[in-house]
Amino acid sequence: MRSDPIMLSVAFGYLALLFVIAAWADRRAEQGRSLIGSPTVYALSIAVYCTAWTFYGSVGRAAVYGPSFLLIYLGPTLAMLVGPLLIRKMVRIARAQRITSIADFISARYGKSDGLGALVALIALLGITPYIALQLKAITLSHAILTQYPAFPTDILADAGFWNDKSFWVALVLAVFIILFGTRHLDASERHEGMVAAIAFESLVKLVAFLAVGLVTVFVLYNGPGDLFARAAAHPALAQALSLERVPGGALGWVGMLVLATLAFLTLPRQFQVLVVENVDEDHIRRASWLFPLYLLVINIFVIPVALAGVLLGDASLSPDSFVLTLPLAAGFDGLPLLVFIGGLSAATGMMIVETIALSTMVSNHLIMPLLLRSSWIHLGSRLSGGQGELTGWLLGIRRVAIVLILLLGYLYHALIGDAYSLVTIGLVSFAAAAQFAPAMLIGMYWRGATRAGAFSALILGILVWAYTLLIPGFAQSGWLDMALLDDGFAGIDWLRPYALFGLEGWDIYTHSLFWSLLANVGALVGVSLFSRQSRLEQTQAALFTEAMHPELMYRTPLWHGQTTLGELHKLLSRYLGTPTALRILDGDDRQGGDTSAAHSASPALIARAERALAGALGNASARVLINSVVRGEALDLNAVLSILDTTSQALEYNRRLEQKSRELTQISEALQAANERLRELDRLKDEFVAMVSHELRTPLTSIRAFAEILRDSDNLPEDKRHHFLEVVVHESQRLSRLIEEILDLARLESGRLTLHPERLDLADLARRSADAVQRVQEERGVTLKVDTPSSPAEVIGDPDRLEQVIINLLDNASKFAADDQGRVRLALSRHKQHWRLSVEDNGPGIGEAERERVFEKFHQLERQDGGDAPARGRPRGSGLGLPISRGIVAHLGGRLWVEDGPTLGGACLIMELPQAPAEDTATSPFNSD
Amino acid sequence: MNRRQEKARLLALAGLALLLFSPPLILLFDQPSTNGLSWLPLYLFVAWGAVIGMAAWWLERPDVTPREKPTGAPQEERQQHEK
Amino acid sequence: MPKVLVVDDEPNIVLSLEFLMQRAGFEVATAEDGEQALALVAEQSPDLVLLDISLPGISGFDVLERLRADNTHSRLPIIMLTAHGREVEREKGFALGADDYITKPFSTQALVDKVKGLLNEER
Repeated sequence: MRSDPIMLSVAFGYLALLFVIAAWADRRAEQGRSLIGSPTVYALSIAVYCTAWTFYGSVGRAAVYGPSFLLIYLGPTLAMLVGPLLIRKMVRIARAQRITSIADFISARYGKSDGLGALVALIALLGITPYIALQLKAITLSHAILTQYPAFPTDILADAGFWNDKSFWVALVLAVFIILFGTRHLDASERHEGMVAAIAFESLVKLVAFLAVGLVTVFVLYNGPGDLFARAAAHPALAQALSLERVPGGALGWVGMLVLATLAFLTLPRQFQVLVVENVDEDHIRRASWLFPLYLLVINIFVIPVALAGVLLGDASLSPDSFVLTLPLAAGFDGLPLLVFIGGLSAATGMMIVETIALSTMVSNHLIMPLLLRSSWIHLGSRLSGGQGELTGWLLGIRRVAIVLILLLGYLYHALIGDAYSLVTIGLVSFAAAAQFAPAMLIGMYWRGATRAGAFSALILGILVWAYTLLIPGFAQSGWLDMALLDDGFAGIDWLRPYALFGLEGWDIYTHSLFWSLLANVGALVGVSLFSRQSRLEQTQAALFTEAMHPELMYRTPLWHGQTTLGELHKLLSRYLGTPTALRILDGDDRQGGDTSAAHSASPALIARAERALAGALGNASARVLINSVVRGEALDLNAVLSILDTTSQALEYNRRLEQKSRELTQISEALQAANERLRELDRLKDEFVAMVSHELRTPLTSIRAFAEILRDSDNLPEDKRHHFLEVVVHESQRLSRLIEEILDLARLESGRLTLHPERLDLADLARRSADAVQRVQEERGVTLKVDTPSSPAEVIGDPDRLEQVIINLLDNASKFAADDQGRVRLALSRHKQHWRLSVEDNGPGIGEAERERVFEKFHQLERQDGGDAPARGRPRGSGLGLPISRGIVAHLGGRLWVEDGPTLGGACLIMELPQAPAEDTATSPFNSD
Repeated sequence: MNRRQEKARLLALAGLALLLFSPPLILLFDQPSTNGLSWLPLYLFVAWGAVIGMAAWWLERPDVTPREKPTGAPQEERQQHEK
Repeated sequence: MPKVLVVDDEPNIVLSLEFLMQRAGFEVATAEDGEQALALVAEQSPDLVLLDISLPGISGFDVLERLRADNTHSRLPIIMLTAHGREVEREKGFALGADDYITKPFSTQALVDKVKGLLNEER
């Protein structure tokens, strides 16, 4: 099963499958049914972050350095959490500017500087080539282990020529793959659909393979996680295996690694490629923001169990980096190691594919093209031919050669140096190099004042410090340089020791390097920017980058105001992009009004479009150089764009103020509306009140008029009838005047003009007097009145006449609603805390919970709960104003009036509560004279 | 939920994650359990999962309408030119 | 002798109307509320109804509506008598099929004339 032919056919069969998938995805894309138009595919393609380093190296790192391996994945989690803000902005900038790579991004931000682009490309090439080598090393190593196990592979490369090294052939196959699917279009800012589909597929493969190993380890080799952890705990070497003590640099090293991983995730060329350049829809970022971290969590879940199990295996000759492979081999599995090998292969190839595309784009657009454009060779070429797209082939050719060279460079590095480093070391050194891009990129996206000079010095200083503190010491440890450099410092100067720069000792080397390099980097960026000036183009680009999220600035590009003809533009475009593309760009401009003669001058918009098309293929810096070469006169109208931007920001500020004003106005008008609403409501209530008053007044008036007319018109009326009718007229007249009195009281109460004459009085005495006053009427109605008052005085402050009116009203009310037979009313007075409570209850049907507040509404006529008409038969109806007036009076005296269930008689109980009169100084009180 | 609020929430969540993933909080969990192994990795996985869960919950709710985004070619160029 | 049903919850108004109708030569029945009124119409089939609007329980409008909905009483003359003077209520009364609408306080002579007029029309 593990014989070489089988392994080779599996490996190359897998690569063939990638070709099929990529070809299929490209076919689908051409048919307009894209496979990669889904946020899930986007998230999976980001998982190209997990390379062979993750696949093999995580376990190795966990076995040696405890939980620190997780930092490499927690960092990207942090970065993705702000992805909907940060990455969305990067994507929007990239789309507007036709950005092809991170070198292009930084170059475009700082005034389309070709020098910056070249610098970034060089740093990337220097920093990332070892990372590619790392992938090849992983393939070679895993292949060797698989075929030679249990013998430990030594000197893998030394005993055989490169043609026997399978990773060489893998690199070649990949070169073909990348050339086929990575350089289909000249426009590098366009998406590589086939490649992305293949990458997403590879992400699934490596996940499945790793989970398979993990599951088998935990549940087949051991009896679940409990068993594994118990045995690991018993192993003396593993007691501290999971604690922070294992982490290099302790807590500080922990933070350093977290920062490093966060920055590198955003700036590694392949991550920039999949996150930004290959993004098809901004909204995919939302899903990826949590799905990609979830992928990282899942693929890491079995790292610790596998690492522990590997150490428990106890074979000291096994490298922890290969536990993933040796564990199933040691357990005697046959198929599983092969699956693991494929998983590792997929992790390695995925990384190499994307990284190589990104690097080759940078190398061709930012290193080779600028050189060619400056040399006389291009101009010679233009003179020789009429411009029929001959350069298109050249451009693609350059990129393809770059691909092959980069992969070969990686292979050389692997073959010559690779053995000296462990997997993890190479990866982290690369991370630290990529992190140097972060200040220029991230600060440039938010700080308009960052200048080209600042970015230049930042990158150069940062990468120099990186080289001195990480790269060169690495060489020394590999034995190519004198170790004395590490121990004694450069030229024997103690504070120049690379791992303890300026005497900073006791830090782990990565945190140490990151600290010094970022300090130099950010310091130079900010410091130099503050003391250097931006060119007009820089100012424009800086504004376009920092304000990218502003909707009005979308796609706003500087316009060319110089003169050129359609013919010249066409010649330029077709030379670099091919005639069909050139025609498509020129035809898109309908404003040319059909006049396509070569001598017609090109519109500024058309020139801008031509520049963007060239930028997509050649990068922003080269595109500008090319357009400059055909446009005469004042080339770029930067003032216009800058003034637009400035106007826009002024307008934004103005808008903000206007918005605030309008918010205030809205609030005021809302308040006005509410007041108006309230007035209208009051008006309605007043209308209703007037209608009710008139209704109430009309009723007694009707009887009075009717009987008056009857008395006038009936001459021979019997005396008793006549007397009865006159009684009615008198009674109704009294009712009418009482009603008018009440209405006036109510009006005074509501307007606050009711004049009270408060004095100290004995409520008990007043209650008894009021009861006496109504006694006779009550008896006539067949109602028994019982009065319970304390013998001692109940002193309150009140207006005696008004309070008497209230008590009589309460008694009158109660008698009306007392039971038809043997109606009973009870008046009681008692002290309650600092108050006197006067309660009047009856033995009537009581008042329902819902009605209790409504009885205090004006003109509210009680309906009895038994559905009969309001008062018991034979008792007069009230006006419906007594209770509201009573409550108003009591409230004016600082008391309360409310309804409860009667405590002794079972009917309704109205309770008036008044505050006790304050203790009196007998000497000074005028009330005490009697 | 409006855009401003979502932005604030994401920033707050990232801040929370940073706090959960760094010292001194991780030091609290770097304690040996009964069998001697540290709780730290378990804590990290739980905190990590919780952060991912929260992000998923906020970002996947259907009521958030996608922000209008640029589609197709620039439109302003022409008007800009006609001044 | 035609019979008039007087419906009002004010005892004194009932008293005056009863007297007025008797003096004009009609037989009189009285009711204090809507329920009672409906029962009496069914029981004694009066020739005309004087109907107050604000009654306890079911209102005068409801009584009018129910009577008009009933085929046997759809042509029974009904005069609404009310202290509500607002135009909307007047219109509502007519819309529900009242034969006349008199606002309190009223002229006794005019009332008696209206009742007589309606009863003559019926014959």
